[in-house]
Amino acid sequence: MGSILSGAEAAALVRALPGVDAVGLEARAAGLATRSVKQESKARAIDLAISMIDLTTLEGADTPGKVRSLAAKAVRPDGDAPSTAAVCVYPSMVATAAEALEGTGVKVASVATGFPAGQVPLDVRLADTEAAVRAGADEIDMVINRGAFLSGDLERVFHEIAAVKAASGDARLKVILETGELVTYDDVRRASWLAMHAGADFIKTSTGKVGVNATLPVTLLMMQAVRDFRAATGVQVGVKPAGGIRGTKDAIKYLVCVNETLGDDWLTNEWFRFGASSLLNDLLMQRQKLKTGHYSGPDYVTVD
Amino acid sequence: MFEYAPAPESVRPQINEHYGLFVDGEFVDAEDGAVFKSVNPSTEEALFTVAEAGEADVAKAVAAARRAQEAVWGPMSGSERGKYLFRIARLLQEKAREFAVAESLDNGKPIKETRDFDVPTAAQHFFYHAGWADKLAYAGLGPDPRPLGVVGQVIPWNFPLLMLAWKIAPALACGNTVVLKPAETTPLTALMFAELCQEADLPAGVVNILPGAGATGAALVDSAVDKIAFTGSTAVGRAIARTVAGSTKRLTLELGGKAANIVFDDAPLDQAVEGIVNGIFFNQGHVCCAGSRLLVQESVADEVLERLKARVETLRVGDPLDKNTDIGAINSAEQLSRIRALTETGAGEGAEAWQPACDLPERGFWFRPTVFTGVQQSMRIAQEEIFGPVLSVLTFRTPDEAIAKANNTPYGLSAGVWTEKGSKILWAAERLRAGVVWANTFNQFDAASPFGGLKESGYGREGGRQGLEAYLDV
Repeated sequence: MGSILSGAEAAALVRALPGVDAVGLEARAAGLATRSVKQESKARAIDLAISMIDLTTLEGADTPGKVRSLAAKAVRPDGDAPSTAAVCVYPSMVATAAEALEGTGVKVASVATGFPAGQVPLDVRLADTEAAVRAGADEIDMVINRGAFLSGDLERVFHEIAAVKAASGDARLKVILETGELVTYDDVRRASWLAMHAGADFIKTSTGKVGVNATLPVTLLMMQAVRDFRAATGVQVGVKPAGGIRGTKDAIKYLVCVNETLGDDWLTNEWFRFGASSLLNDLLMQRQKLKTGHYSGPDYVTVD
Repeated sequence: MFEYAPAPESVRPQINEHYGLFVDGEFVDAEDGAVFKSVNPSTEEALFTVAEAGEADVAKAVAAARRAQEAVWGPMSGSERGKYLFRIARLLQEKAREFAVAESLDNGKPIKETRDFDVPTAAQHFFYHAGWADKLAYAGLGPDPRPLGVVGQVIPWNFPLLMLAWKIAPALACGNTVVLKPAETTPLTALMFAELCQEADLPAGVVNILPGAGATGAALVDSAVDKIAFTGSTAVGRAIARTVAGSTKRLTLELGGKAANIVFDDAPLDQAVEGIVNGIFFNQGHVCCAGSRLLVQESVADEVLERLKARVETLRVGDPLDKNTDIGAINSAEQLSRIRALTETGAGEGAEAWQPACDLPERGFWFRPTVFTGVQQSMRIAQEEIFGPVLSVLTFRTPDEAIAKANNTPYGLSAGVWTEKGSKILWAAERLRAGVVWANTFNQFDAASPFGGLKESGYGREGGRQGLEAYLDV
């Protein structure tokens, strides 16, 4: 989608958004978290969650061998469990991942734009993005310029996202807001709308590299933003919470929020993703438990 | 695509086939042998039978309460009374699951609410007032406030255990003994509470529970008590006030309401929608302080209504014992027909009714959440308390108009204000004629916060330091 707005228009629109009542938002998220999902609906939720995972490794110590084993697990996590949505790696590992995943339907996602801080010049960030796309990335996970956002230069943030979108070509663009650094819900809502106006295909909470990552209230707020954005513009945008979602119970809480806030249109890995690494194994263990009736243990799922 | 499987609460409390009256520490049958049935409103099946107290039983219970007050509870030191109240509070917590399920069975409200609201809040009221028992001299009500004596209490069916706690906890903390009549459709948790008093070794006669209907309540009002505390309808409250007038009996009344929930154009809309839903659909709308009139600024009315309807579509109506149920059964056939009658007048007077598409169980008393738009101030559904899941939506153009419409009611129990602007909250709260004004939230309760009404919503306060005054001779 190309933006129909200029940076100044988008910034003005975003500044005029109504506020968020923090107490009310958190109460709603806590209320949704009390839903009890059992038996066959739990089994369906687990498989759905597995299919929504961007299986991620973002370490300085990543090697081609590590990425290949992660790719193998993403394609065939365990028995008849579904494949994950994507494998998410640094740009230098994209070629390896693309080769390992070719023809499997599992996408290659690459963080780019000087991940995680993004504190490098724009031309370097764009080159980073182009290199990832050239190497075979289907999806780009960019970080926004939090410094510019917090200093009030919303136009600059808008133009940078639009530039990365252009550099991404056919790859879908996930825009990481790094909500833990934006801190307030008001700013999370503003950043969400700014990113969507600038052409984001997905809005994503976090890099996983700061103290506070995805939380249920923040993700709920972003879900409300994509719902309202589609109502206003007709354009559907996806949501990706990332960082800190480790357990099946947590994942199901997010799915309940999607179900009751966005509905069926978003309940697919086309429009909702989990950025996670250890979540997959917990989902697989719960899956085994539902099938066999008893808990196994960490030795009954693969480490990577 | 993502349907939740049934998630029924598995705990089943011990419910006896028959309960007696709880008088002087013992369960006894009525003098005249009268008995009535309590029905599960979600299935229409009888749950148990219970003795119905008559005039003679009332006299016996009041005499027992008098003996206990004069010989034991009144002379007891505050710290000792506090110990008993702490014990009751802890026992309520320990048995929270059983009480939650029992309340849901007898009342029809969802287990989610009894588990997360009714029972924990009831326990909190006992904890809070246990702390006051030995500190009454510091409540700002004089150096040595005295108990009133024996208190007669009549409570409604909408929050059976919680209303019991609101009544009994401050009365006992202040050194009074009580004779309490639970509502005829929901006596179960009061009787389980009587068993709990036995378990707590509460001295005989301090708490007496007399199930019954209106006649039992009238006999209690006429009896030799020193004070009447009543929560219920304005009509009954008015009758009680008439009876008590001219006597030395004191009276506090917590009556009906027709609260306005005011949404200004600068409100946090998603949260306001949550507040509107919580305001009117909490407890099937069987809430005296329910936000049954939505006053929304015309400039955002369409947007708020669209969001509200989308949200109401997600409410899950059905089996009260399913943990995912948001709206349970209407408490009785009588209440259901009252709700139906009033909503029919709404449609007849030209308001437009909207209901979500949801299946209702075949048996039991059910009513779909209903939103009336195009409501005018003169219509009955904007004036009268419906006491059900029915919201009347009105619009306003200016803040002054909002206040004028909000106050244009005989009631004055509660109100809500939604705006991101702090100064507007304070401006509105100063002008609203209501006992409680919630800002950017609704239906929040705390033992430390006084609750009560203005105008036809009654007088006297419950909870907090102010609530103690209703049970003390100051």
